[in-house]
Amino acid sequence: MQLSGSDIIVECLLEQGADTVFGYPGGAVLNIYDSLYKYSDKIRHIITSHEQGACHAADGFARATGKTGVVIATSGPGATNLVTGIATAYMDSIPLVAITGNVSCNLLGLDSFQEVDITGISMPITKHNFIVKDVSELADTLRLAFKIAGSGRKGPVLVDIPKDITIARCEYSPDFSVEGVLPCVISAEELDRAAELIKDSKRPYIYAGGGVIASEASAELKRLAELCDAPVSCSLMGQGAYDQTDERYIGMLGMHGTVKAAAALNSCDLFVAVGTRFSDRVIGDPNKFGKNAKIIHIDIDPAEFNKNIEAAVTVKGDVKAALAELCGKISQKSNPEWTEEIIGGDFGEPAQHGTQALPVTPQAVMETLDRLTDGEAVICTEVGQNQMWAAQYYRYKRPRSFISSGGLGTMGYGLGASIGAKTGCPDKTVVNVAGDGSFAMNLNELITASAHNIPIIEMVFNNNVLGMVRQWQRLFYEKHFSQTTLDARKIDYVKLGESFGIKTLVIERTEDIEPVLKEALETSKTAPVMIEVRIDRDINVLPMIPAGKPVINPITEIDLNA
Amino acid sequence: MQEYVLSVKVANNAGVLPRVSGLFSRRFFNIKSLNAAETEVESVSRLTIVVEGDLKILEQIKSQLLKLYEVQDVQILSDAVCREHILIRAGRSSEERQKIIEIANLYRAKPVDIAADSIMLELTGEPKKINSFVELLKPYGIIKMVRSGITALERD
Repeated sequence: MQLSGSDIIVECLLEQGADTVFGYPGGAVLNIYDSLYKYSDKIRHIITSHEQGACHAADGFARATGKTGVVIATSGPGATNLVTGIATAYMDSIPLVAITGNVSCNLLGLDSFQEVDITGISMPITKHNFIVKDVSELADTLRLAFKIAGSGRKGPVLVDIPKDITIARCEYSPDFSVEGVLPCVISAEELDRAAELIKDSKRPYIYAGGGVIASEASAELKRLAELCDAPVSCSLMGQGAYDQTDERYIGMLGMHGTVKAAAALNSCDLFVAVGTRFSDRVIGDPNKFGKNAKIIHIDIDPAEFNKNIEAAVTVKGDVKAALAELCGKISQKSNPEWTEEIIGGDFGEPAQHGTQALPVTPQAVMETLDRLTDGEAVICTEVGQNQMWAAQYYRYKRPRSFISSGGLGTMGYGLGASIGAKTGCPDKTVVNVAGDGSFAMNLNELITASAHNIPIIEMVFNNNVLGMVRQWQRLFYEKHFSQTTLDARKIDYVKLGESFGIKTLVIERTEDIEPVLKEALETSKTAPVMIEVRIDRDINVLPMIPAGKPVINPITEIDLNA
Repeated sequence: MQEYVLSVKVANNAGVLPRVSGLFSRRFFNIKSLNAAETEVESVSRLTIVVEGDLKILEQIKSQLLKLYEVQDVQILSDAVCREHILIRAGRSSEERQKIIEIANLYRAKPVDIAADSIMLELTGEPKKINSFVELLKPYGIIKMVRSGITALERD
C-alpha cells in the first residue's frame, strides 16, 4: 500500500512493538504528529515539558521494561535538547531510538530555520545514526535502527528525517518478522581457561555489572555464585542483577562500595567480572586493583577487555550464554573458610547520624522504604549523594529495579526516567530519589507526571546544598564551599508541588518517616506525589575511596570539625 | 611508540570518514596519516591508516573500530606493500632547477610541470624513500608539496 513517510514511521514503530513513545512536537515533525494523531488508538504518546525529559523518559522506559525506548523531537533545538539524554543512554548501553525531524532536503546545509546537523552532533554518543534522504529507504532504516539499538552491546541510535520525507509517499509492506540476531559463538578455549582458574581458586569473588541486567542473566549469575561458593558484589549499574537479600551479596564495590567488598577485593585470589567495564569509579587506582587475584572478564564487548584492567582470561560473548556454558564446565566448590571470613565478617560499615535540629537520615528513609515496599519498588535516582544513598540503603532483589545514570552522571535524569519507568511498569511502585540540586534542574517534568497522571513518588532529599560536591570540597578543597550552598533558594516544596497539582508531604522528624512514606505509597496508587525530606547538609556518603586511589581501607568517618 | 599500518574496509557511505576519524580523536589515538578511496567493490572503501602507539593501544583501536556499524574489517598489516605518492615543487633559479633534475633522475621522480625557476615532480615509493627525497630537495627551496599518505596491501 502507498503510505506517507510519517505513516510509515508510525507503522514501523508498531512493527517493532513500540506502543509507547515520548516526545515533543514542532515544525519539522508536524507530519509525524499528524500520523500519531491518526494512530492514537494504537500508540501512546507522552508529551513532556522539555525534550531532555522525553529522552530520559524513553531511557527509563527501556531500563524498566527491557524494550527499546523511543523519543521523537523536532529539528534544531528539539534535536539538541536530546543530546544529554542520548549521551546518558550511550554511556549506560541502553537501547533507544531517537527520531528527529529536520528541514526539508532542499534546505539542508543552508543554515535554514531550526536546522542543525544532529547526525554530526550525535556521532560520538550513538551506536550509529542515519539521515534518511529517500522515502523508499525509510522503513528499512527504522527497522535497522531498532536492530542496532537492541542487539550486541545495546545503545542509542538516532534517525534524522527531513520534513519532505515525512510527506513523500511510497509503497509500504509491513514486516513483522523479527530477524534473528546471529548468536555470538563463545570460544570453548576461553571458557575452559576460565573454568580452570575457577577450579584452582580458593578465594573466588564475583562482581557483576549492568551487562547481567541487559542480558537477563541473573539466574545464571546466581548459579555461578553457588557453584563457586563465592561472595558477590554488583557495580552501580549492576544493582539488582543479584538478589541483595541473598546472604552471598556483600554490597556494592567501588568509590562508595562497602568496606566488606573492598576487603573481599583485596583478599580474593580470583575476581570474576561479569558484564562490566571496570569504570574508574570502581577501580580507583588501576595499578593496585585486585593485585592478589587473577581476573576473569566476561563481556559482550571485547573492546572492554584490557582497556582499563588487564585480565588473565577474557570470555567474549552474551553474558547469559557465556555464564550458562561456564556453569556447565565447573563442579561444585566449597570454600567455607573464605566465605566465613567475608560473608560472616564484620568490617565496620559506617552508619548515618542526623543532628538534633534535623535528625532524619537518608539511610533510615531508604531502609524504611525498602521495608514498606518489600524491596519490590523501582527506584530511580538523580546524581550525587541521593544516588549513592539510594544504591546503598535499599535492597534490590530484581533486575531493572534500580534506574540511574551511572556512566554520564546526569543530574536531572531521574524524574524523566521515573516517568518512563512508571509508564512501562504501571503496576510497580516507582520512586525517584532526588537531591534538591538535581530536582531543580528538571523539575519541569513534574508537570508531565501531573498532566498524564503518572503516579510516581518524587522524593527529594533537601539539604540546601549540592551535597556531593560539598563533600569533596570539605575533603579536598579546604572547606571552600564554592557555589554549593543553596540557602538563597527559598523553595516551598509543598506550594510548588501543589501548584502543579501534586500532593506534597514533608518528612522532618524521625517519627514522620513511616507514616509519610505510607501515605505517599497509598497516594501513588492513583496519583503522583512528592515528598520533601529535610536532612542535615553534612551527612556524607560513606564509605568513600578518593578518586584514583586504591580500593583499600575506605574512609568510614569524616570529622566535621577538622 | 611504534608506527602501525591498519587497512580498514568500510561501507562506502557519506559520513563514514568522520565516524572513523571522530573515533580516533575522541579516544585520543594518534593518526599519522589516513588515506581513503573506493575499492574494487563500489560499495566498499578502504582506509589505510598509519597510527602511533603500542600493542595495547593497537588492540583497542582495532576493537573500537570494529564496533562502528559501517566498519567491515580491520587488518593490522605486517607483511605488506606500502607506497606513498608525493607532488613537490622546488627551486628558486634555473641553476637550482638543474640540480633538482639530477636528484629527480637518481630517484626516478617524474617532472610534471616546469616553470622558469622551479619544477614540480612526482614520485611514488616507500615512505622512507619519499622522506629522503624531500630531505635532498630542501636546500633548493621547497615551494609546496603534498603527500598522499600511505596506501598498502598485504602480500599473498
